[in-house]
Order: sequence, then C-alpha cells, then structure tokens
Amino acid sequence: MLKSMDYDWETGTRVVADLDQWRERHEWVEEPCIGADGAQAAAVCKVEGEDSFTVATTDGDWPTPFEKIWNLRHAPDGRLTALVQVDGLWTLAVDGEPWEESFDFAWNPLFGQDGGQIGLCVQVEGEYGLAVDGTPWETLYPNANNPVMSPTGGRTAAAVQTVPLGQAEIDKFQSGIFSASVDGETWDATFMNVWGLAFSPDGARTAAEVRLNLYEYSVAVDGKPWRKSFGGVWEPVFSPDGRRVAAPVRLAGKWTLAVDGERAWNTDYYQLWHQVFTPDGKRIAAIVSPSFGKWTVAVDDKPWEIAHAVVRDLTVSPDGKRFAAVAGSPGAWTMLVDGQPWNASFERLWAPVFSPDGRRVAAMAETDGRRVIVLGGAALDMGAADSLDPVFSPDGSRLLVKCLDGRKVIRHVLNLDAVKPA
Amino acid sequence: MSSQPYELVKDKGLDEGVARLTPEKIAKVVGAVLESEGGARLKAYVDTCAHCGLCAEACHFFHSHDRDPRYAPVAKVKQTLWGILDKGGAVSPDYIARASRVAYTECNLCKRCAMYCPFGIDIAYVVGLMRRICHKLGVTPQYIQDTAHSHSATMNQMWVKDDEWIDSLMWQEAEARDEVADLRIPLEKHGAEIMYSVIGPEPKFRTQLIYQAAVIMHAAGVDWTMPATPGWDNSDMAMYSGDYEIMGRLKRSHFECAQRLGVKRIVMGECGHAFRSVHDVGNRWLGWRDEPVPVIHAVQFYHELITSGKIMIAKKFQEPVTFHDPCNIARGMGLHEMGREVARALCEEVVEMTPNREHNYCCSAGGGVINCGPPFRNTRVHGNKVKAEQLAATGVKTVIAPCHNCHGGLEDIIHHYKLDMKLKFLGDLIYECMEKPWN
Ligand code: SF4
Ligand code: SF4
Ligand code: SF4
Repeated sequence: MLKSMDYDWETGTRVVADLDQWRERHEWVEEPCIGADGAQAAAVCKVEGEDSFTVATTDGDWPTPFEKIWNLRHAPDGRLTALVQVDGLWTLAVDGEPWEESFDFAWNPLFGQDGGQIGLCVQVEGEYGLAVDGTPWETLYPNANNPVMSPTGGRTAAAVQTVPLGQAEIDKFQSGIFSASVDGETWDATFMNVWGLAFSPDGARTAAEVRLNLYEYSVAVDGKPWRKSFGGVWEPVFSPDGRRVAAPVRLAGKWTLAVDGERAWNTDYYQLWHQVFTPDGKRIAAIVSPSFGKWTVAVDDKPWEIAHAVVRDLTVSPDGKRFAAVAGSPGAWTMLVDGQPWNASFERLWAPVFSPDGRRVAAMAETDGRRVIVLGGAALDMGAADSLDPVFSPDGSRLLVKCLDGRKVIRHVLNLDAVKPA
Repeated sequence: MSSQPYELVKDKGLDEGVARLTPEKIAKVVGAVLESEGGARLKAYVDTCAHCGLCAEACHFFHSHDRDPRYAPVAKVKQTLWGILDKGGAVSPDYIARASRVAYTECNLCKRCAMYCPFGIDIAYVVGLMRRICHKLGVTPQYIQDTAHSHSATMNQMWVKDDEWIDSLMWQEAEARDEVADLRIPLEKHGAEIMYSVIGPEPKFRTQLIYQAAVIMHAAGVDWTMPATPGWDNSDMAMYSGDYEIMGRLKRSHFECAQRLGVKRIVMGECGHAFRSVHDVGNRWLGWRDEPVPVIHAVQFYHELITSGKIMIAKKFQEPVTFHDPCNIARGMGLHEMGREVARALCEEVVEMTPNREHNYCCSAGGGVINCGPPFRNTRVHGNKVKAEQLAATGVKTVIAPCHNCHGGLEDIIHHYKLDMKLKFLGDLIYECMEKPWN
C-alpha cells in the first residue's frame, strides 16, 4: 500500500502532467485521473485513426491499445487499473498488463484497504460471481450483485441468486431464491432478498441485510438471521474488533439502532442510516432524522442540535475523537464538525477529510463554478486551476492538493502552519 | 349500484392471494394499516365527502363505460375503503377480491377527480391506501408484484443485471459513434454536473432513447454521466403495488447513487410516475422534505437546452401533432406549458386535444395499471374509450407523449380503436429536428 508517510512532503509546486502533449498525439483525451500521492496522472485516450484506446500516463502510453477501456482508477497501492476489452472479452489491466483470464463481461473492480488484491465482478456464459486477481469463484450463479471485498483484501462476497427464475414466478421468488456467497461458497440459508453485505475488519465474518418474507426484514451474520425481525433494516456494520454488528432497524414505523439483534439506542428516529464505529469501537455515530425533513448526526444516540434538510458523508476522525458530515441543501452545503457548522457554504461539497491527528478538516468544494479546497471553512486559493482531493501529511502539518487546469495536472504541497486563507 | 354484471378478471396473484385470506387476517391487517398509516387525512376525506358525485365527470373510466356509476371515483372508494371502514374491517375475502381489482386496475391514481371534487378530496390517496392494505394482505396482481420483485432484487424494473446495464450503454455508444465519431456515454464520471437516469425498459427495449439522449447531450456540450451501478433506474412500481419499504429502498439507491457521483442534479428521461416517486412520494417516505439531489424532468431539461440555444432547431417537424399531457408531470407538477413550448419549438403545428393541460385524461396506463400485465389489458383499453375519441378528434397522425407509461397505454388504445396515429417522445423529435454540428 501507498502510505502517506511515503509521499513527497516537500512544500512546493510541480507540474505532473501536460495534457496538451497527450492531446497532440491522441484523437481525444478523457477525464484524467490522479493518483493518491499526486505524483502520477493518467487518462484514457482514443488512438488516432484507429478503433482502439490506450492510457496515457506520466511515464508514457500503455504499450498495447485495447478495443475499449473504461473506469481508469488507481488502486490504493498506486497501481493503475482499468477495465479493458480484448477480442470482445473483458478483463482488468494493471499498469497496462491485462490479466491472463478474461470474461464475457467484467466490471466494478474492488480493492482492499491496502490494494494488494483486486476483486472484479464477472459474467461467464450468463453466470455471475467475482474474480480475485483473475481467478473466478468456483461457483457462479444466475445473478450476483451487491459485491464487497474484505477490508484487508482477498475475500469477496455478493448477494447471489441460487435458483433460476422464470417469467413472473412470484411464488418462487417469495419462497426465497437469494443467498450470500463468500468466496464462491453459498450460505446455507436462502432469503427473499439479500443486500448490503459487510465483512468484519479481519474478513472472517460476513453480515447482510435480509428480507425474510414480503414484510419482515432482519440482519444475517454468517448466514444466520438475528432472532428478531423488523419492518425494515439498512446496511449492517461490524465493530472494529469484529465481535458486534450494528444495523439500523425499523420498529413500529420509526428507526433506531440495533446491535446484535437487540435495540441499542432508545430514541425513535424518522430515519437513521450510515452508522460508523470509532476505531476503538466505543462509540457509534449515525446520520439521523429526528423528525420529518430534519437531518443531523447522532453520536451514541445524542443528536447534534443543528439540523439541515440533508446530511451525508459522515466521517469519523482517525483518532476517533471527532465527527464531521456534509450538511445543508442542494446548492448550499456546509460542514458540520462535532455539531458546529463551518462559517461558509458552497455550491457543492465533498466528504470531509480529517488530518491523522484529528486536528484539521479539509474537503473539496465548488464555488463560483470552480473546485477549491476548503480547510476549516476557508477556501484555499490555488490560482485558476481546479483543486481536487486533499490529503494530509501524517503529522497534519502539510496538505497535498492536486490541481487540474484543463491543460496541466499540478501538485502542490502546502505548509498549513504558514498558510493564510484566501 | 351497477348497471352491468361485474366480472372478476382472473389473475394468479390476486386469486391465490385471496384464497389465503381469512376474516381474521383481513381485520388484523386493516386495523394495523389504518392505525399507523390512515390517520387524520383519511378521516377528513371520509367525513367530508357529500356523496354528491361531482367527481364522476372527472374519470375516464366513468365516461368510457357510458357513465356507469360504478366507475365514478366516489364509487371506487365505496367499493374499497369505505366498505371496510363501515364494517370496521369485517369484510370477506370476496370483498377484498373485488376491492383489489378496483384499486389496482380501475384507477390510474391520475388525480383528475381531485380537481372536480368541491372539497378537493384526493381519491387517488384513498385508493393508494387500499393498495397498501392489499399489499399487506398479500393480494397483488401477479405482474406488478413481479415488477416489485425485480425492483427489490436488482434495483430496476426489468430484471436487468448489473452487467447488462453497462453493456447496453456501451452498445449504444458504439452505435452512435457511427454517426458522431467522438461521442461518449460517460460512465462513472465523478463530479460531472448531471447524472442522467432512465427507467428499466430503456436499456432493455428502448435503447434508441439512450442513443438519442447521448446525441443530444453531445450536441449541447453537457457535462454528464451515467452510473455503472444500481441506482440508475428512477422508476418505482413498488410505490404503486403498495410496498413502500421497497419504494424507499429504490429511491435511496437512486439518490445515493447521484450523491456518490457528486453531481449537481439528476436529469431524468421522459417518465411520469418516476417523477412522482422521486419528487413527492419516495423521497418523503425516507424523510427528505424535498429532493436531496435536485431532479428535473426531461421536459424541463429540453426546455432549458432549447431556450438557452444549446440545442438549435434546424428544421421543424412538418406534420401537425397533438400533445398528451402526462398527469404526473402536468397535473402533478405543472409542466404542461413547458411541454407545449418544447413541442411548439419543434413542430410546425400543435393541435390541442380537448380537454388538455391539467384537465387532460390519463392514458389509463398510469398508476401501475399497465404493469398489472396482460390480464388487465382490456380493463385499461375499455376503460379509456374517451381517450380514443379525444385523440381521433384532433385529426392528426402524430401524438407526442413525454412519458413512457403513456406510450405503453396510448399504443394499446391506438391499436385497439384502430386509430391511424403514431407516438413520439419529445426526445425523438429533438433528435430528428436539431442541428447536428458535426454533419
Ligand atoms: S382514474 Fe383518475 S379520475 Fe378516475 S378515480 Fe382514479 S384518480 Fe380519479
Ligand atoms: S365530488 Fe368529492 S364530495 Fe362529491 S362524491 Fe366525489 S369525492 Fe365525494
Ligand atoms: S402514464 Fe402518463 S398519463 Fe398516465 S398516469 Fe403516468 S403520466 Fe399519467
């Protein structure tokens, strides 16, 4: 994995890629993607005069063009991946090298936190499953969706249809033809629906939302549903030690949080979702709607005082002490940090990024049609270019900002202790 | 009450559902739904209704059946919830057999009657609540139930698997590149201005609409994207089957898909009911007062493109056309003038059908009725003879209907009543008439 301590943290500015050069040699250049460390940029390019595509990178073009290329992304370890088509079949190319195995269709690459292994959704002769580093599951299914990869990488799971279904066979559907598959091994139980799978942090356990019949929902852990059922559930989440599972549940028309099948929070909310544990597992926060149309964050069942029309992107700081979420309404977004709003609002605002020590919060925002980085509520002026995805140095004193001005990809490292807001 | 015998159309979902009912189960479900979801609104409606019958004039079913009082909106309430309330929930399975057919297949929830009632009683709401009870009783028409199952399993209406969606887009992109060499259908472009969303039948049966949308976006220079994950389908038959839990799940996946892509707004294709679901019903069930990501209907988007000059019209459609106002976007959202302005910008002559605008008759496909499938095709078509008369009276050969459902419903009506007419989407006409700078 590419760790932020290995990035180049020397303050200053440098041009990483000159898009005009790419445009000179290619018919068209698609939106560039920039690696997490900001040192590499790449873009899918249409090969001049040919019916094929390549990827232009900071180190030159991929040597072999492909019939089609899409979803160009950097893996967490910095490798450049894309879905590519060769002879009508699909596979994943890593740094220009396609996997040996190819599939009738392949999509949705999945990465573990360190990026070591790469999962991929595949379809072979109308059957579905996942492949890890090119090797497909032994069992494939009539359908597989809601794919996930374990945080440490390597294990994959999906909701799978175990029995084929004919046209309008409502009885068969209601008898339960869905299950979950972990690395191609089907859970013993089947359900009407399976969604929202999650792995425990070590990848040893799996949980999912299940629908037991037309009206009852529950959470199944390793195939075994909780003893209680509910009028609705949303995605379960494991505690950091992998021992507990928390999920929003609907009781008598209202939502609350359950842990291991038992009600854990006392308040009835109009809505509750996107719960997160702190890294020590001691606290849980969630996005909640205390009453219709009003949204905020609740930490351990205590809602913040400020409510907005929409709250999203709830994030906990790496030290587990602070919480932030984007809040507001379309076109006027702000950040709520520990319940306090930033003193500014933005047309668009992306998820908060905490410094590793939890001291600072930054985010990408859009204002007056331009992308900027906002640090603690103040926009940092990086000139005319659009600023993308901020990254803090391990000690939180520096900020890496990648910029794109239509012609160039530029990398800035700022010393935050010295920076003055624009 | 009725001048003609009432025949129960056979349907596997309804018949088998009714066979499983007991009076106790009915009483229990009815009690639970009325207590938790019926509330003050239902009581106000029931207490206010003066049985005056003025709403009858509103309903296309009533007119199409020679003013048979059984099809008057108030009679639909009488045959469904009213009877249940009168008897305190003590109705028989046979009663439910009939009530479910009335609720699912003899009312399009088009809300025309609400405009005719002196008290503004919203019969569509009452019929919708009856459907909710039917869902909870396990008595739903087979085909709409199957559609709700598709929604639950795939987050789209047509059992489209995750790869089939992406594959259809790539196929349409490849097709379109024969016409426009550098055309793209951008997939998963994070931070684009617009996410374009469609309904399940588009990748499955009406891929030319995706093709045309891509050409229009390209010509207008729009910064857009489509998601490569579930959430791309904005449609919602669970809303109409009464399965609000699945409705909420669908709307959450649609809006969170747009949030994940970081777009400013969602532009949706030409669909009526999906607009109701994202703008009014599904979003609110989840707890949002409005849309968490603004959604605009294709009519609004086209209007914007044409009035801002992003799309130039090279030649107008020469034949006279008529414009069908889809109830969900006309009565439901007030887009009737805007729809006409787009139609006028594209066509030499727009002949009005009467009645029109917010008074337009529904196509009789809406409210999930067309999704109840083949068993109820005649219910729909016979229930909308007035639409055929209304269309024929215009004397034109082309009907514009900016709604998928309306297309389905009107096609059947045109066919059944042997009208010499063809149907078009506004997108068809824009594609046909716009200036294509690359030519
Ligand atoms: S079809 Fe329309 S007019 Fe007729 S009862 Fe239903 S909502 Fe009212
Ligand atoms: S018009 Fe209104 S008050 Fe009169 S019968 Fe119809 S619903 Fe009742
Ligand atoms: S199908 Fe069309 S006319 Fe009919 S309810 Fe939907 S929008 Fe209304």
